[in-house]
Amino acid sequence: MGDFLVFEGISKSFGELKVLDNVSLSIEKGTIFSILGPSGCGKTTLLRICAGFEYPDRGRVILDGKDITSDRPNRRRVNTVFQNYSLFPHMTVRENISFGLQMAGFDRSRISGEVDRYLELIQMSDQADKKATKLSGGQMQRVAIARALINKPQVLLLDEPLAALDLKLRQRMLVELDWIHDEVGITFLYVTHDQGEAMSISDHIAVMNKGRIEQQGTPVQVYEAPTNSFVAAFIGDTNFFETEITSIEDSYCRMNIKDFADGVIVYNDKNFPQGSRVYLSIRPEKFVISHAEPESHRKRNMVRGVVEEIIYMGTHTVFWVRVGDYRIQVRQSHDRFLLDEKIIEHGNTVCISWHADNCYILDRYDERDESLLTLPDDDVTVAPENIISAGK
Amino acid sequence: MRRSRIPFYLLVGMLVFLYLPLIIVIVNSFNMSRYGGQWGGFTLKWYSRLFSDRTIWYALGNSLLIALTSTVTSMVLGTTAAIALYRFKTRLQSAHRLFIHLPLVMPDILVGISLLLFFVALKVRLGLFTIYLAHVTFCISYVAMVVLGRLQDFNYAVIEAAMDLGASWPAAIRKVMIPMITPGIMAGGLLAFTLSIDDFVITFFVSGPGSATLPLYIYSMIRHGSPMVINALTGIFIVFTFTVVTISKKLLEEK
Repeated sequence: MGDFLVFEGISKSFGELKVLDNVSLSIEKGTIFSILGPSGCGKTTLLRICAGFEYPDRGRVILDGKDITSDRPNRRRVNTVFQNYSLFPHMTVRENISFGLQMAGFDRSRISGEVDRYLELIQMSDQADKKATKLSGGQMQRVAIARALINKPQVLLLDEPLAALDLKLRQRMLVELDWIHDEVGITFLYVTHDQGEAMSISDHIAVMNKGRIEQQGTPVQVYEAPTNSFVAAFIGDTNFFETEITSIEDSYCRMNIKDFADGVIVYNDKNFPQGSRVYLSIRPEKFVISHAEPESHRKRNMVRGVVEEIIYMGTHTVFWVRVGDYRIQVRQSHDRFLLDEKIIEHGNTVCISWHADNCYILDRYDERDESLLTLPDDDVTVAPENIISAGK
Repeated sequence: MRRSRIPFYLLVGMLVFLYLPLIIVIVNSFNMSRYGGQWGGFTLKWYSRLFSDRTIWYALGNSLLIALTSTVTSMVLGTTAAIALYRFKTRLQSAHRLFIHLPLVMPDILVGISLLLFFVALKVRLGLFTIYLAHVTFCISYVAMVVLGRLQDFNYAVIEAAMDLGASWPAAIRKVMIPMITPGIMAGGLLAFTLSIDDFVITFFVSGPGSATLPLYIYSMIRHGSPMVINALTGIFIVFTFTVVTISKKLLEEK
């Protein structure tokens, strides 16, 4: 597989502000590649550099083997779906979609045929002669996509395309986007701050923060094996533990966590040596919470704690368990919730356990990233007892 | 609590002060009596005399010619200026912004005198052409201001979208921006037209022999001719201006 779209050491500053710092990415042909990051991380600037609206201070953009870094936007075979769609308000749906082909100088009959095809693709043939301003958000979105795709770009850039839509519509459009991608097979570069969007649609994700790429990989890699505290905390939720490696056992290592009675065993895929002070990330759903002590197993870690907070979320329940200085977030989906004889209640002493393979040692840790984590909020707690009694 | 009626009286007083003279002129244009002091019965003779006065029509022709040409010119130049002011935030453009505003506040008599000295220094023959140039200089400012107002809520991303779809910058401006701000350009043009057609002070300085515009001719008629014909003419003018201003306001409100 060749690299189709390549960003090579891109740096960009606006005045004093460094927006992109030596960013390199390579994107495979025909995939959906997401750039995920908080607002202000530089992801939109990177996209605008790809579209040709900004020029990098340093670095190159290479598309299909050609350096396009300094090409004008209208000379690139790249089209953009803008955040607020930027449809032409004085034109109809049909005129909006045909704009690109008109600019390319195709003859009328050919344009009209193509536009009909794309109207069908976005299922809006019956709205063709409506003014663009008279459409709903989802319809505008579809017109924006068709308007870009009709030019058969080599890469379609999508700048937070769903940000302006409500939740239900966003989920539907996401499915639709995925379907359109399968239909046309064009490479998508998708920029978003919404991890759910990125996870569900992408083949590949690059997580960005403060102008740098923090990690890239498949959604599974990025979620399951975050390499640093930013990625771990920005995508999903997690628990951080400060530890020291006390001994190495094959590809595993033993470590001590303050306030944990016993040492824990962790998969050491990056071969940290004995004595390293490292941070551990454990996702809340990797824990198993129970009244009784689970069967002990060589690769299973266990700690006792007291339940401080229980938040019923419908699909799952979040428990906050106090172990010494740590408040550990545990997420349990409850397939037998109502049948369970012994429901875990506020103040119970419980066992939480997890498998050695289900936690990750971070390469890099920054205390500020803790602010990205969910913390328990006493005001919004729904007492689970009430929900249960209502169900009976 | 009772609301005070003072604001209402103030409003009525203001409107009477502003519009009573105009109403008197219109009423008088139908007055049989030669001197507007008393009502001598209804007549249309001032209008018929107005329509048979060939010099008036010649002056009106001059006025319309100048108003139309200077309006079209200032619509083009004023829009260009507004787009530049909207798009670029350089130091040169801040100076530009200041210079565009200046003619709005500068006394007409100053503009008139300086243009006159300028044309004389360049040995340009005074006439319709110099009046046209003078009108363009102040009309540009009004068009630019109105168009710039319209551009304030114009989202540049639309231009980027057009360029993204293969349009060059000039094509994007022509196909996307201009159609979107057309109501503003038209409103600016109508404003320029009304300003041009009734300008007196500046025109007075830069006109030459045989190039009298309607306002200049009216002025000379007050001194040497029949004031009652002027009443009729003014009546027509008021109605005309009122119509144009109303249309221009409608265009600006339209989204």
